[in-house]
Amino acid sequence: MSAVLELGIEGIGVYAPSMPSWDAACEVLADGRALGTEAFVRPAPALLAVNERRRAPDSVLLALAVAEQACAMARRAPRDLANVFASSYGDLPINDYLCAVLANAPTELSPTKFHNSVHNAPAGYWTIASGCMASSTAVSAGPSSFAAGLLEAAMLAVSEGAPVLYAAFDVPASGPLAEVIACDAPFAVAFVLAPLSLSPLPPLRLSVCDHAAPGLASLPSSLHALRERNPAAASLPLLIALARGESCGLDFALHDDPNLPPSALHVGVVF
Amino acid sequence: MPTRIAPLAITAFTATSAAGRGREALARALRTRTGGLIDNAFSSVPLTCKIGRVGGLEDATLPAATAAFDSRNHRLAWIGLNQDGFLDGARAVVERYGASRIALVLGTSTSSIGETERAYRQLDAQGHFPSSQCRPQVHQPHALGMFVQRVLGVAGPCLTLATACSSSAKVFASAERLLRAGFADAAIVGGVDTLCDSVLFGFNSLELVSNEACRPFDANRRGLSLGEAAGFAILERLPQSGKIHKSTMLLLGYGESSDAHHMSAPHPLGLGAERALDDALARAGLRTEQVDYINLHGTASRQNDTVEAALIARRFPATVRASSTKGWTGHTLGAAGILEAAIALIALEQGFAPGTLNTRELDPVCGPQIRIDNSEANLRIALSNSFGFGGNNCCLALACAESRA
Repeated sequence: MSAVLELGIEGIGVYAPSMPSWDAACEVLADGRALGTEAFVRPAPALLAVNERRRAPDSVLLALAVAEQACAMARRAPRDLANVFASSYGDLPINDYLCAVLANAPTELSPTKFHNSVHNAPAGYWTIASGCMASSTAVSAGPSSFAAGLLEAAMLAVSEGAPVLYAAFDVPASGPLAEVIACDAPFAVAFVLAPLSLSPLPPLRLSVCDHAAPGLASLPSSLHALRERNPAAASLPLLIALARGESCGLDFALHDDPNLPPSALHVGVVF
Repeated sequence: MPTRIAPLAITAFTATSAAGRGREALARALRTRTGGLIDNAFSSVPLTCKIGRVGGLEDATLPAATAAFDSRNHRLAWIGLNQDGFLDGARAVVERYGASRIALVLGTSTSSIGETERAYRQLDAQGHFPSSQCRPQVHQPHALGMFVQRVLGVAGPCLTLATACSSSAKVFASAERLLRAGFADAAIVGGVDTLCDSVLFGFNSLELVSNEACRPFDANRRGLSLGEAAGFAILERLPQSGKIHKSTMLLLGYGESSDAHHMSAPHPLGLGAERALDDALARAGLRTEQVDYINLHGTASRQNDTVEAALIARRFPATVRASSTKGWTGHTLGAAGILEAAIALIALEQGFAPGTLNTRELDPVCGPQIRIDNSEANLRIALSNSFGFGGNNCCLALACAESRA
C-alpha cells in the first residue's frame, strides 16, 4: 500500500540570516542570490507583549515569528489551528545553562529556565499567546526532524480535514555542547497546510519511499552552507521550489542510520 | 468534534518502573499495594524526597552494536524492551510486514539529558567534553528514537514526541494517524524517561516536589514524587474479517488539546483536559457512563489534582472507578502516558481496578469516582489522562474487545 497525502500550502513563514520573512526569502531563493552577512536580530512576534518578548528565549521567538507569518499569509486565526513544532535539538542554550548550573550549584536552578527547557516550550507559548486550545505537538527526529514533522503535520491535516500549522526551527548551540552538536546558525520555517478540500492552492504530494534521499549538491553554495549549519534548513530545497514556482520532486531522508534500510519522505510540488 | 475512528488492536504491551519489571511484577505490586518509592539518593547533593527508581540500571549494559548509545535512559529502554517477550514480538512484526512498513513513535521528556549533565561534570580543564562524551547521537531529544530504531531494525517513519508529561500518551494518536493514512502496517509506540538532576532540581525549583511519598488527591498532599519508566506497545489494524479474540486489547480513541493558559500550571477550570476527554470519547464513540475505569494524571500537585478531580466529579457517574497510580511509581514524566496506559490495560485484562496508594483522606473536591482502595470488577472500557507542561493534554480510550462477563 503506497499512501499519498495531498495538501495545499496556504501560508509560509521564514526567519533566517538575510531572510527575515517569506517575501525576503523569495528574493534570495528565487534567483539564487548569495546570503548577506547581517548579524542575527531577534525576531519580534506580535503575539507576545514587549516584556514577554524580552524574556523569551531565541527558540520561542523564532518559532513564534514564523508561525505568525504563516498564519497571516494563510489568513487563518492562530487560535483555530492544530499545530506541530519540530526541532532537532530544542533550546540548546537552555540545555547548556541547565547542565552548567547542575554541575556546580544545582539548587540554584531557575524555575523559569526549567519550564522553558521542555521541547514543547515554543508550542506552549504559541498556544498560550494565541489562545489556541487545539492539539499541539512537539517532535524531534534527529537530522530528519523537518521531514518527520512535515509528515506528522500533513497526517494531522488530512486525518482531521482541517488546516494545520507546522513550524520547524533550531537555534545555535552554546557552551561545551556546541562542540558536539552541529548547529551554529538560527533557522526557522513554517507552513499552514490544508487538505485539498479546503485549499485551491497548488498541492504538495507526500509519500514515503524506501530509497535514500540524494545529496543536496544542487543548492547554491551559500545556501548549502546554511543547510549544513541548521537541521531546519533541510527545508531549503522545498522553499526554493516554492519561491520559483517550479514543479519538482524532492526527497528528504527520514533517518541517517547506515545500518538500516533507507527511507525518505518524497515531496512532490505541483504548480 | 472529531469523528469516530476504527479501533486498533494493541497486540503487545509491556512496562517497567519502580513497581517492577514487566506486566506481572507491575500487576502484583498494584494488587498487593506494594509501592516502589524509596528515599532519594540520586545526584551529588540528593534532595530530601522519595523517588521511583528502577533498580540495577547502574550495572546494566547495552548490546555491543549499540554501545555508543550508552545512557541511563537507553539502559532503561533496553531493559524495558526485554520484558514480556516484547523484543521478540516486535521483531516478528518487523519480519511479517517488512522494516519499512513499521512506524516507530516514542515519547520522552528529557531523553538522555542525564548523560549530558554527566558530560558537564566531566569537562576537562579547558571546559571541553571528554572524548567519551563526544556522542551527538546521545545528547539530543531523538536519541531514544534512534536507539530503539537501531535495536529493532525498523525503517518506517520514526519520530520522538516530546510534549513533556503527555509525550507517550500522544504516541498512540500519532501512530493511529500513520496507520489510518496507510504509511505503516504496524506501529511500535512507547516512552522512556529516567531520573536526572534536571527534573529533580527543576521540579524542586518550582516547589512541586513532596518531601514524602506522593499522596495523589489527598486533602493534605504536598506535591509529586518523581520516577522513571519504560513502556512499549504494538498497534495493528483489526483483521478485515472483523473477527478478533475476545481478550484482544483495543485503542478506541484519543483526544489531544492545549490549555492556552500557563507553562507550568493547569487551566483552573480544566477546560483543556475536558476538551481532550471529549475528543477521546468522540473518536471512540463513547458516552461517559460507558467508562469503567479512569487512570488519572493525579500527580499529587495541589493544582493538578484539584482541577482533575473537579473534572471527573462533574462529568462522570458515581459508578466509574478512577484512581492515580503515581503512589506506586512516582511521576514518570514522558513515560507516564505509556506506563499508565499499560496499567489501564492490565486493569481491563484482569478485571481489577487499582486504587490510589499513600492517600489517607481524599480532598473534598473529589467525587465518589476517585477510589483509595483496589477493587475487583468487570471492566470493559478504560481512559487514561496525561497532562504536560505547556498546557499539553492527552486522553486515551482503551478497551477489552469483550467484557469478562
